[in-house]
This record gives sequence, structure tokens and C-alpha cells, in this order.
Amino acid sequence: MIKLDSKVPAGKLEEKWTNHKFNMKLVNPANKRKYDVIVVGTGLAGASAAASLGELGYNVQAFTYHDSARRAHSIAAQGGINAAKNYQNDGDSVYRLFYDTIKGGDFRSRESNVYRLAEVSNNIIDQCVAQGVPFAREYGGSLDNRSFGGALVSRTFYAKGQTGQQLLLGAYTAMNRQINLGKVKLFTRREMLDIVVIDGVAKGIIVRNLLTGEIEKHSAHAVILATGGYSNVFFLSTNAMNCNTTAIWRAHKRGAAFADPCFTQIHPTCLPVHGEGQSKLTLMSESLRNDGRIWVSKKKQDMRKPNDIPEEERDYYLERKYPTYGNLSPRDISSRAAKEAVDDGRGAQGQDAVYLDFSDAINRLGAKTIEERYGNLFEIYETITGDNPYKTPMKIYPAPHYTMGGLWVDYNLMSSIPGLFVAGEANFSDHGANRLGASALMQGLADGYFVIPYTIGNYLGGDKPTLVKTDHPEFDKVKKEVEDQTAKLLSIKGKRTVDDIHKQLGRYMWNKVGMARNEKGLKEVVEEIKELREEFWKNVNVVGNSNDVNQCLERAGRVADYLELGELMALDALDRNESCGGHFREEYQTEEGEALRNDDDYAYVSAWEFQDVGKWKLHKEHLEFESVKLATRSYK
Amino acid sequence: MNEKKINLTLKIWRQVSPKSPGNFSEYKIAVSPDSSFLEMLDEINNDLESRSLEPIAFESDCREGICGTCGLVINGEPHGPLRKIATCQLHMRNFKDGDTIYVEPFRAKAFPLVKDLIVDRSAMDRIMEAGGFISVNTGSIPDANAIQVPKDIASEAMDAASCIGCGACVASCKNASAMLFVSAKVSQFALLPQGQTERYNRVEAMVKKMDELGFGACSNTYACEAECPKGISVKNIARMNREYFMAKVKSDNVEV
Repeated sequence: MIKLDSKVPAGKLEEKWTNHKFNMKLVNPANKRKYDVIVVGTGLAGASAAASLGELGYNVQAFTYHDSARRAHSIAAQGGINAAKNYQNDGDSVYRLFYDTIKGGDFRSRESNVYRLAEVSNNIIDQCVAQGVPFAREYGGSLDNRSFGGALVSRTFYAKGQTGQQLLLGAYTAMNRQINLGKVKLFTRREMLDIVVIDGVAKGIIVRNLLTGEIEKHSAHAVILATGGYSNVFFLSTNAMNCNTTAIWRAHKRGAAFADPCFTQIHPTCLPVHGEGQSKLTLMSESLRNDGRIWVSKKKQDMRKPNDIPEEERDYYLERKYPTYGNLSPRDISSRAAKEAVDDGRGAQGQDAVYLDFSDAINRLGAKTIEERYGNLFEIYETITGDNPYKTPMKIYPAPHYTMGGLWVDYNLMSSIPGLFVAGEANFSDHGANRLGASALMQGLADGYFVIPYTIGNYLGGDKPTLVKTDHPEFDKVKKEVEDQTAKLLSIKGKRTVDDIHKQLGRYMWNKVGMARNEKGLKEVVEEIKELREEFWKNVNVVGNSNDVNQCLERAGRVADYLELGELMALDALDRNESCGGHFREEYQTEEGEALRNDDDYAYVSAWEFQDVGKWKLHKEHLEFESVKLATRSYK
Repeated sequence: MNEKKINLTLKIWRQVSPKSPGNFSEYKIAVSPDSSFLEMLDEINNDLESRSLEPIAFESDCREGICGTCGLVINGEPHGPLRKIATCQLHMRNFKDGDTIYVEPFRAKAFPLVKDLIVDRSAMDRIMEAGGFISVNTGSIPDANAIQVPKDIASEAMDAASCIGCGACVASCKNASAMLFVSAKVSQFALLPQGQTERYNRVEAMVKKMDELGFGACSNTYACEAECPKGISVKNIARMNREYFMAKVKSDNVEV
């Protein structure tokens, strides 16, 4: 039975982290080398944690399913990273970044965690610059900034349209330095398939070697999961092909509570679906909304080419509905507005798409300036669609992009299993019901560089966990269970391919647990997912064998987990009888169609305890707001 | 959206394991011109799986041209016929109805084959681990704006840093040289003020590791630049050669 204790330190908001750092247990430098830490995932959060822990002297074992630690999907983040530097002298501060993030999350995140995030944001920029990350500069040599959705200040640092790549390579090089020094041992092409919990404490992991198929046991004093989000439950999302929920889901099944699974972010500016063979969706950076104007025709079923639609027949709906923030309205609001326009029959040339138009900016600033700002994004667009965005407006549509939900963690980023820490997108901690742009990179690096290195020390120095060797019977038991599941998948030999079933699940999720949800649809989808899950275990066809490279088997294991997670997402959405952030319940909206929050009954984090497949117990962590006043989120 | 499909014949390299012999297998497909090249392979694989046949093993991840995971030799060219894109960004509208397309893995001595179209490129990481970093610990660092970088230098460093580590430069080179890849990292740090302290040790360590791992020497044919999905310039190779020369002149690593 899980007991939630957020372990938020007492005291004033501004002093919590400082006091907590002082009160934490320390590990003597000479003793650090006696402790082993496993880090699963080598994206921003994982690589930065592995590097920082190696620097401190711990023995780190880092695992990735990629061939190299540089491939994680953090690399695809385009736009930038927020920090409260106030270099632009435009009124930014740690408190303002904190407030924007809490408000952007629609008041469904922990004040203390978000404040800490804003507090360490400045250290991240310092750190990355010192590592040689080539951020964009002003002519005078100082760092340049731009603005992003949900903020009225320019606090976003960027490296062309490749900020995620440059930050990840920064963390990767820091980790490589520790590999060179022998403090980090990197295991590539290993997929985590289970964790080993002994007497209620995390002691190690079970992984599959993706080259040989061997199931390996690894033990440590503490385990960190930094394995990203679960948007691929929708099949089509902006996530990379291999992003999956397996690591956190299997940890969930071993006792880690899963928090706010229904809080998913649908990003407003992605490329529309081209057809049935589509494998994933491509994001166009939100930074495009700095200069692009979003519109649809005022007429329904308007099949004219966009340039043939005269100015007075266009509806710049974000500027109309939200004059203060306009095209820079937050992601959840912009996505829903696009869906409204399309549902109203006003999609671009009858498609599920809206226009993102740069003609005004090109007339005002010249094509050259626009090329400097967004050249690579325009090229990406033209490569994929065959259309030239300098001449004709882009077509965009929302797509699943980020999951705010994840494993529940306390203030120390420890899950409800002692010794199991969770960092980055894999945890639920900082974004509430909606994440603001340029905040994911910030959170991943905050967790890895500046939070976990302290809180792990507190755990190791305080709890003094012992190392269990991998010949312990519990390791063999869990390994056997993993092998049995692999054998079961390979033995079904049914009629449907893994992708076929995954696509069907994706359609269910997109239609009923996507941008708008209602009680009837959610109840239906729970039943549909259960049926599909049953069909999967009877009728899937997993080709090949277990002792070789087998990508079909890899995908099958992941889809098996999505088929359980999808149900929990629907149940969570059903429990939350309110609309907040990315969770929009059609029954709960204002007369103007805006989200209607219910703070009296739902100002809590839902933390689900796994009991059996399809059976969970809900725990609630009530959110206390001491510093901010709960307000209706308005961007008008 | 384009409803009309194009008919293609694919000759794809299949090889069960590093030691077994490989050969081209033929597949016929009608594909939407809006599909990407890898989506076409997905379709073939889905069809193979539905007939209980082993799918073609190939790697990809972001499918946005930034992670560097994908990489196929298409009709003899790494990442296919178009310039400055990765394999995942190649779309079928660039092929004609009736075309025959040959698909092979990246081939190089330092990239041993794993299965079908998958090769092991971890040698590139070994070079990075040997010195491709700035030695700075988390914390203990000055305010970001205390290090000023002229805009043009920052942007030149950024261009070099755009490398996605896919290995197309190696696969395109007749000597399987990794000079473009290594020089991109060397240049990024040699240009920036943060990289000065370790400037010469870095280039020595990385070049030494590169030679050890079996990558060949630069032949100055510039095939690497032509095939690079990020358009990394061969000027970086020239800069690395200068850096390496200066290192030999200036560094403390005296070889006897």
C-alpha cells in the first residue's frame, strides 16, 4: 500500500531549496566511490545526471537502447530553453518564471518544485555555455533571447532551431568525459524491461541486450529512470520511433505510483497527416509563432488555395479570441482553437489543418531576416511537404507531443519505491496540466545537473542502502518473468501485426482521450482498449526469435505496455471532472468554450497504484498553494 | 495529398549476421509519393510480418533528420540522391514510377555490419570519449554572459556543431575516413573561448583514437561534404589539420 509523502520542506517558498540543501545528508568524498548508481536513459536528464554523479565520484552505470548516447529524443527539441536571467531587462525574475510556469500548468503542479526549477534555470545556462554550447549571440557577444508561448518576456535561449541537439551534445560530452575517466560505464543497445525491488527498495534492473537477446541483471545502490514520455501511446506523435513507456510502466507495475497520466500535451504546430502509411508526425517549432500568423477561412469547406483567399475573408482566430497573447497563446489553448476551427468545417482546403502564414512578416522584415530566423525550419517543411513556405502559407495541425504525467515523485525526485528516482519527462513533477514551450529542456537539465546529484546523496547518506548482488534469488525471479513474457509474445503467432494493433489503439486514444474528452467516450474507450488488449495477447504476430536483433519483438513489448497505460489514461481523465490545461472535458467549459477548472474538488495530483492489469487504486496528493492565488487562466 | 501511387522495385541488402553471406532481395511496392523512404520500408516490413516473414532490420528514430540514427546507402549514395538531408527526410516524390532502387548499409572497416541494414558506428563515440569535450564540472562556473562570444564566431561554431554523427562522411569516403566528423567537433571547440585551455591536447587525443580505430586518411575528394546531411564544410578538416600541426609544435606530449 502506497503512502504519498511529498517531503516538501517547510519554510518560505524562496528558502525551501536552500534550506533543504543545507539539511540534506552528505556522503564523504572518499565514500562516494563505494556507491553504484544506475541511470536508465541518456537524454538530457539521464546524461546530465550520469555526468554530474560521475564528477562527484559515484560509480555510474548508464543504459540506453540506442547505439549511441547522443541519439535520445531530447535532440529533436528545436526552439529553446527558458531561464530567468533577465538579460533583456524586460522585467523577468525567478518569481515571474515560477509564476508563468505554475499558471501555464493551470495550477496543477507543486509550488515548491516549480519554484526550484525557476531558481536553478539560470545555473543551467551558465553550465551549458561553459561546456561550449554555441547559443545564439548578439553582435556585442552577449547571449540572445527570444519569446515563447505563455510568456510576455523574452527569456528563451536558443541555438538556431537545434537547441535540444546542442544541449544534449553538451550533456553527452560531459558524460563522455566521465566515461574517459572511468567513472561512468555506458551500456548501449540495452532496453530496460523490469526493475528489481527487494524488501520494498529498488536494487537493480533487468535489461535485454538488443544485439544478442541476452537478458542481463544489473544491481546498484540506487536507480534513476530518465526514460522520457509516453506520447507514442497515440501511435502518431512527434516522439521518435523508439520512445516508449516500458521502463516507467514496468516500474509502475512493481509499485511506483503513476501520476496524472491523462495530462498530455497536444502541440499546436505540427505537420498534418499525409496518409495511412504515416509513421510519425513532425513538429514545427513553436518559435514560428513569433512571426507567423495563424488563420483559417471564414467560410466553411473553402477549397480555394490560401493565397486566393482575400484578407477580409480570413479569420485570424487566435488574435481575435486572445488579443493579448495572440499567436503566442499557450499550447493547449492554441491546439483546441485549431480543433474548433476544423470541427466547424473551416480547415485548410477541407483538411484537418490550419494555415501558419509568414507573408506579413516577410513584407515587414524581408525574406532574408525570416530566413535567418527560421531558414532550417522552412527547409524541413519544404522537404516533407513539397511546398515553399516563403510563397504559400504552411499547413499545420496539433499532434501529441509531450506527456506532463509520469511516475509520481516527491520533492527529492524519488518515486514511491525507495531508491528509485525519476528525472525529466518520465516524472510528473513540474508542468502540471500543461507545459509551456522551452520548459522541457529546462526541466530535464535541472533534474539531472542540479537536483538529483544532491538528493541522491541525501538518500545514500541517510538511508545507507546496501548493494544486493545479482545472484540474489529475486534477480533470477524477475529475470525469469521477463524471459517468460518474451517467450509468450513469440509463441502467439496470430494474424495481426504489432503496428496494426498499435495503430488501432492510437486511433482510440486520439479520438476519445485526445484534445477533447467526455464521459461517454471515455467509458467506451476503456472497454475498447480492454478488448484490444485481449486480442493482442491472442492474435498478435511477433516474428523471429529471442536471441538475435529482433525489432518486431522490441515493438511488441512496448505495445503490450501501451495497451495497459491507455486504459489508465482514460480512467484518469474520467476521474477528473474538470477541464484544466491539456485535459479538456467537454462537460466542463465556460459559455465561451474555455476550460472550466474545479479547484474545490480537483486541486490534487492523481497518483495511481497498480494492483493488477486493469485494476488500480487512486491516491490523492492535495496541492497547497501558499504563494500564488488560484486564478482563472486568461490570455485574452 | 497525392492519391496516385508509384510502383517501385527495391533491391535491399539482407544479411542475417556479420559472418553469414549477404545478398540483395527484391521487393515490389506501390507507394504514395507523400510517404518517406523509411515509411515505405515500414510498409514492406508490415507486409512481411503479416506473412510471418522476418522484417528488414534497419535503424531510425527521430525521423526529422537530427538524431543521426538512420543511414542507408540508396542507389550508391549515403542518404540517397538529395543533398543535405538524412535518409528519414527523403520522400518518395523524388522517385519515378517504374524505378529500381538499391538499398545497402553504410560500409566501412570501422563500421562492422550487425544485421541487414544495421551497422555498428560506436567507433565514433570512442573518438568523442577520447577528448571531444570541455573539462568543466557541474557548478563552479561564471555567469553565462561573462563569456562573450562574437556573433560570427558563435555562428561558425554552431555550423560545425550541427553534425548529427550519422557516419555518412565515413560511408561516402573511399578511404572510410572520419576526418569530417572529428574536425567538426575539433573546430567547434577550437573556435570558442571556452575550448582554448584543452585545445591542443584535444585534437591530439581525438586524432590518435581515430587512427587506432581503423578510419582511413583524408583523400581530399570532398565526397564527405557532398553527402553530409548537415552540410558540414571541409574547411573544418583544414582547420583540424592546422590545429593538429600546432599541437605537435606546441604541446607537451613530446614523442621520442
